[in-house]
Amino acid sequence: MITKRIIPCLDVKDGRVVKGVNFAGLSDVSSPVELAEYYTKSGADELVFYDITASAEGRSLFTDILRQTASRVFIPLTVGGGINTLEDFDRVLKCGADKVSVNSGAIRNPDLIRQAALRYGSQCVVLSADVKRVDGQFRVYARGGRDDTGMEAIAWIKRCVDLGAGEVVVNSIDTDGVKGGFDLEMLSAVCDAVKVPVIASGGAGKTEDFVELFHTLPGVDAGLAASVFHFGEIQIPQLKQDLRAQGILVR
Amino acid sequence: MIAVIDYGVGNLFSLCRSLEAIGQQPVVTGDPALLRQADKLFLPGVGAFADAADKLRQTGLDEVIRQEAAQGKPILGICLGMQLLFEESLEFGAWKGLGLIPGKVVPMEGVIPADYKIPHIGWNALHYPQGKVHPLLAGVPEGECVYFVHSFYATDCADAVIATTEYGAELTAAVAKGNVMGCQFHPEKSGDVGLSILKTFCEGSW
Repeated sequence: MITKRIIPCLDVKDGRVVKGVNFAGLSDVSSPVELAEYYTKSGADELVFYDITASAEGRSLFTDILRQTASRVFIPLTVGGGINTLEDFDRVLKCGADKVSVNSGAIRNPDLIRQAALRYGSQCVVLSADVKRVDGQFRVYARGGRDDTGMEAIAWIKRCVDLGAGEVVVNSIDTDGVKGGFDLEMLSAVCDAVKVPVIASGGAGKTEDFVELFHTLPGVDAGLAASVFHFGEIQIPQLKQDLRAQGILVR
Repeated sequence: MIAVIDYGVGNLFSLCRSLEAIGQQPVVTGDPALLRQADKLFLPGVGAFADAADKLRQTGLDEVIRQEAAQGKPILGICLGMQLLFEESLEFGAWKGLGLIPGKVVPMEGVIPADYKIPHIGWNALHYPQGKVHPLLAGVPEGECVYFVHSFYATDCADAVIATTEYGAELTAAVAKGNVMGCQFHPEKSGDVGLSILKTFCEGSW
C-alpha cells in the first residue's frame, strides 16, 4: 500500500533559508542545499522549496540553489513562489524541480493550470490554496494569505483540479502557526470534493497532530510543515517511528 | 559509456544528476551513432504514450533501440520509458510500443477500487514474485519503498515481472527480459534505494 508522505517546506529568500534553523551538525544552517540533504537523510519523503524572493537577482540565486539541491538530493522536489507563467514552470523544471506549485498566479489566471498540465502533465502541477474561514465560509486568500479573494475555497479547488491540477496543498490560515493540530474540518471538506492527492498544511505542532490527521482523514496523502521540523520540535525519524507504531504506513 | 536516449520527451535533469552521483558520466543524445557506441542505454519518458511512441518513430530511434536490444545491449526503461518497451498501450486509444517485452499497458481505472486515487503518486513498497530477487534488484530488500507517478500499468507480462507493488491491485513495478529491463517507478527520485538500482544496472553485466 502507498505510504503517507512527510514533507518539510523550506522558505528561501535570496538563496538562503529564512527563519533560522536549529540543528546541530549543520555547518551552515541557512543553506537550502545542506538542509535539503539533512532532511533527505532523516527520511523526508519529498521537499518543498518556496521562493519568497521578489527581485530578479534573488530569482537567479534561487534557481542556482535548486540546481545544486537537485544534483545532490534524489527525492521529489516541489517548487512554489512566484509562479505566474509557463516560462516560470519551465525555469524551475529545467533546474530539477519535479512539481511546481501555483497559488496567486492561478488566482490571477486559472488557465495557467490548464496550460501547464497540458504541457507538462497533471502530475507536475500542484495547486496550493491558502484558506481561511470568513462568515462561516471557507475563503481563498491570495498573495501569501494577505488578500481575501472572495472566492469560496472548495469550489475553487475543484475548479483547479478540473483544469488539471494533479495535487492540492491545503494551507489553513486559521490553524497555521498555532501548533494546535491540522485543520481537520477544512481538509475533510477538500477530501470529499476532489480525487487527487491532498496535502495538509498549517497547524502541526507535535507528532500526535500527524497521527490524528492520518487516522481521522484517510483521504489525506501527506502532511507538510516548516518550523516544527526546522526547530527540531518534531524529528522526522521519530515521527515516522511513532506513525508506524500507530498503524500508519510510512516509508 | 552510458547514454540517455533524448527523443524530446520529459525532463532528463534528475536522471543525469543521479547517474553522476553514482560515478557515471551519462551522455544525453538522440544521435544513433552515439547510441550504438554506448555500453548501456536509458530510455526515460514522462507524459503521454502516443506522443512518446510517435517521437521515437519520427526520429527513427525505435529501430535503433530494437536493433541494439537484439544485439544484447542492456536497456533500462523508466516510467513511460518502461511502458514503451511493451507491444501495445491502451492509453486513450491503442498504440504500438517497441515490442521488446510481451505484454500491454492498460489504465488502472476500473481495475483498482474506485476510492483509490489516480494517478498512483507516492512511495510504495516493492514485492518480489515468489520471493525471487532479480539481479537488477539485488541489495534491495523486499518491502523497500520507491517513488511512483503513473495512471497506467503493464499487464499480461507475467514472465517478465520482477517486482510488483500493491495499490488496490497488484501492479507491475519492474520488468526484465534478458538485457531489456524497466522500472515503472522513478529510481532517480527514490533516494538511496533508487540510486542503488541505477548503480546495479550501470555496473552489472547483463
